Amino acid sequence: MTSVITGIGMLAATGIGTEALWEAVREGRPGIKQISRFDATGYGGGLGGEITEFDAATWVESRVLVQTDLWTHLALAATKMALDDARLDPAATDDPYAVGVTTSASSGGNIFGQREIHSLWSQGPRHVGPYQSIAWFYAACTGQMSIAHGAKGPCGVIATEAAGGLDALAHSRRVIRRGTPAMITGGTEAPLGPYALVCQLAGGLLSRTAQLADAYAPFTTRACGYVPGEGGAVLVLEDSQAARQRDATAIAEISGWGAAFAGRVPAGAHDHAGWAKTTPALARAIRAALADARIDATDISMVFADGVGIPHADAAEAAALHAALGAHAASVPVALPKAGFGRLHAGSATIDTALAALALRDGVVPPAPGINDPDPALGLRLVTGEARTVQGRHALVVSRGTGGFASALVLSRTT
Amino acid sequence: MTRRVAVTGIGVVAPGGIGTKAFWSLLSSGRTATGPITLFDPTGFRSRVAAQCDFNAQAEGLTPTEVRRLDRHIQFALVAAREALRDADLDLSTVSDRAGVTMGTAVGSTIRLEQEYVIASDSGRHWLADPHHALPFLDQSLVPSTLAAEVACAAGIGGPAMTVSTGCTSGLDSIGYAYQLIEDGVADVMIAGASDAPISPISVACFDAIRATTARNDDPAHASRPFDAGRDGFVIAEGGAVLILEELDTARARGARIYCEIGGFATRGNAYHMTGLTREGLEMSAAIDDALRQARLNPEDVGYVNAHGSGTKQNDRHETAAVKRSLGAHAYRTPMSSIKSMVGHSLGAIGAIELVACVLAMQHALLPPTANYETPDPDCDLDYIPNVARQRQADAVLSVGSGFGGFQSAVVLDRLGRRP
Repeated sequence: MTSVITGIGMLAATGIGTEALWEAVREGRPGIKQISRFDATGYGGGLGGEITEFDAATWVESRVLVQTDLWTHLALAATKMALDDARLDPAATDDPYAVGVTTSASSGGNIFGQREIHSLWSQGPRHVGPYQSIAWFYAACTGQMSIAHGAKGPCGVIATEAAGGLDALAHSRRVIRRGTPAMITGGTEAPLGPYALVCQLAGGLLSRTAQLADAYAPFTTRACGYVPGEGGAVLVLEDSQAARQRDATAIAEISGWGAAFAGRVPAGAHDHAGWAKTTPALARAIRAALADARIDATDISMVFADGVGIPHADAAEAAALHAALGAHAASVPVALPKAGFGRLHAGSATIDTALAALALRDGVVPPAPGINDPDPALGLRLVTGEARTVQGRHALVVSRGTGGFASALVLSRTT
Repeated sequence: MTRRVAVTGIGVVAPGGIGTKAFWSLLSSGRTATGPITLFDPTGFRSRVAAQCDFNAQAEGLTPTEVRRLDRHIQFALVAAREALRDADLDLSTVSDRAGVTMGTAVGSTIRLEQEYVIASDSGRHWLADPHHALPFLDQSLVPSTLAAEVACAAGIGGPAMTVSTGCTSGLDSIGYAYQLIEDGVADVMIAGASDAPISPISVACFDAIRATTARNDDPAHASRPFDAGRDGFVIAEGGAVLILEELDTARARGARIYCEIGGFATRGNAYHMTGLTREGLEMSAAIDDALRQARLNPEDVGYVNAHGSGTKQNDRHETAAVKRSLGAHAYRTPMSSIKSMVGHSLGAIGAIELVACVLAMQHALLPPTANYETPDPDCDLDYIPNVARQRQADAVLSVGSGFGGFQSAVVLDRLGRRP
């Protein structure tokens, strides 16, 4: 029983909609800029992968709009795109439980939550609105997605920070193997609220420079932190037979997954020993994913990297790829599209998976925007400048979540 | 060959007592642990009742650094996990890469997030909160994944770790996901549980705003009244619980004491309303049916139902309808109780706490009661074990949960020996 992607919805700073964003990614368009939502001067470098053209009202019912955070608006938009792409209407299936939902969550509805805590402390408890209880909590997206489309199947939420997108997909695959024909699965993030940035700054990994060219430059010697971005992706994952029966197009198969825990990773920017612990964990996750997919390291034709943008973190990731892929790590093309739109936390790994599926479909690996000088000491073939033509069968997506999480996913072409 | 999943250890931090012994003493006596909120000054709030844990972190063995670094819900989780691991008498060092963690939480580190926001915004004076308010580890309070990470670190596991955050079904779902990971061969041992510490101004205020919590402030000891006609909302609570799950043959091979096995787990969405429930309970009933099917049990095999029983008007009615739909006539013969009458509703944690209660009920052949049950409600006409625990050996137990977002979950526990 195999699980295939039959629909993709995605949005980020460089594009709203699957084909628009995929075109921007293929061309390596940069999208990180000064945050415009509020005066972010002093919040590190004040930069972000902000989605400025997004009109939530075109995607979200007005009643729901006021009950939800931007994070959920993004998820509902991506969900609609994915279901349209898959030509699937969960409410119209014969079995009401045929379609379920799983999302990954990280900072939740942080802007909505900040506003309500602000009202509470500036005006008193009676000024907290009725929607705080459903807008801020981490399950808000799954619930709203299920309600918006009548998806009554198994509903879930997984949180492993930036690894969450992969773990949510793996969970959806487990649900499908147990008999649910289709899952709506993905993750989004809106991490550019003032308080969310204060929290991220405390972690010491957020980029503090206002220089656009250097702000987020993973795998280079210039790397000085990450820039957070808004957006994410939602996929329709389907049992391959169910997809065939309704003549849906299988874009790619989720053929392998592995996850491991690194142990305590205090991991400020300068904690070499902490980051080094992520190497064996990520290598274990990759090996488990390859074994699950029943393929060898040399079968991997492209890697979508994590790219924290901290030298110790990037070195630990490169070491994991070398450990798990052997000599093949030095020649396989490595993609880092997030250099163009920032780290999307809970949305990060799902959007990488979506882009990997399109890369396999079109036989092209996108370049890392703004990066022309990968550090040769890392021994990786980061794709820079222009997209590279690669006719491959299998893509590897890797991601680490703050706190010690490490996950890997293998995507395979279905034809 | 299907891999089966055994429960070999339990640990709990709950209102009324830390540890399974104190917890069981409370439940079997029918006493309640609800009272006035003292964790903060609730003047001006609509609901001022809660079930709080009498928790002294340092006395429980946490270091001053851990207390400073970790939100209260994570402190509960560490203490519960430690008790569960000790109870399972399990040395993880040799199997660490085959051991994982799933931990549920509905609201994560909200206490810490709120406290620090008050400082960073100067009590709500500055929307542009101070970017230099760099409390170490504040970034970890922003995300719910920190709960699983801390439990995984403390236990020293190297397999998959994840936080499950499906609101008030987080506890059941967390244990359900762990069960699936062992079934599928991803792990042989899982530390599975949930923890929440939501007794803070913002959480109490947000439930005030939708009148979901009780306003029985003049009688807090009797404020949590599941299935009683006089119920007027849930009592917010805190706590945490952890179960150790092991692949059955592995557990047998090491001679582990096996409490029971996880027979089945299922969840459904009602796709109806974020907080509203239908009268019929179709989706919860579908989850129950699926969990019983996995356990290869008939409705007649269920000897006890651990209810969600939150004590809101709509929940108890909804749930009663769902159980009747799934168990049919047998529903009227099946004792069903809500321990929330005694320990309140600790949001994401309660599902795990209730499963620990189910394990103890099977072990002691004693079913915990529904406290504060005085006046029957015609919409809730099952046997709710009023006020006094009942001696009865249940061989199969069903525990259900329901939460914001429309999620409906069911877990079946089964004593060993029924299945070949």
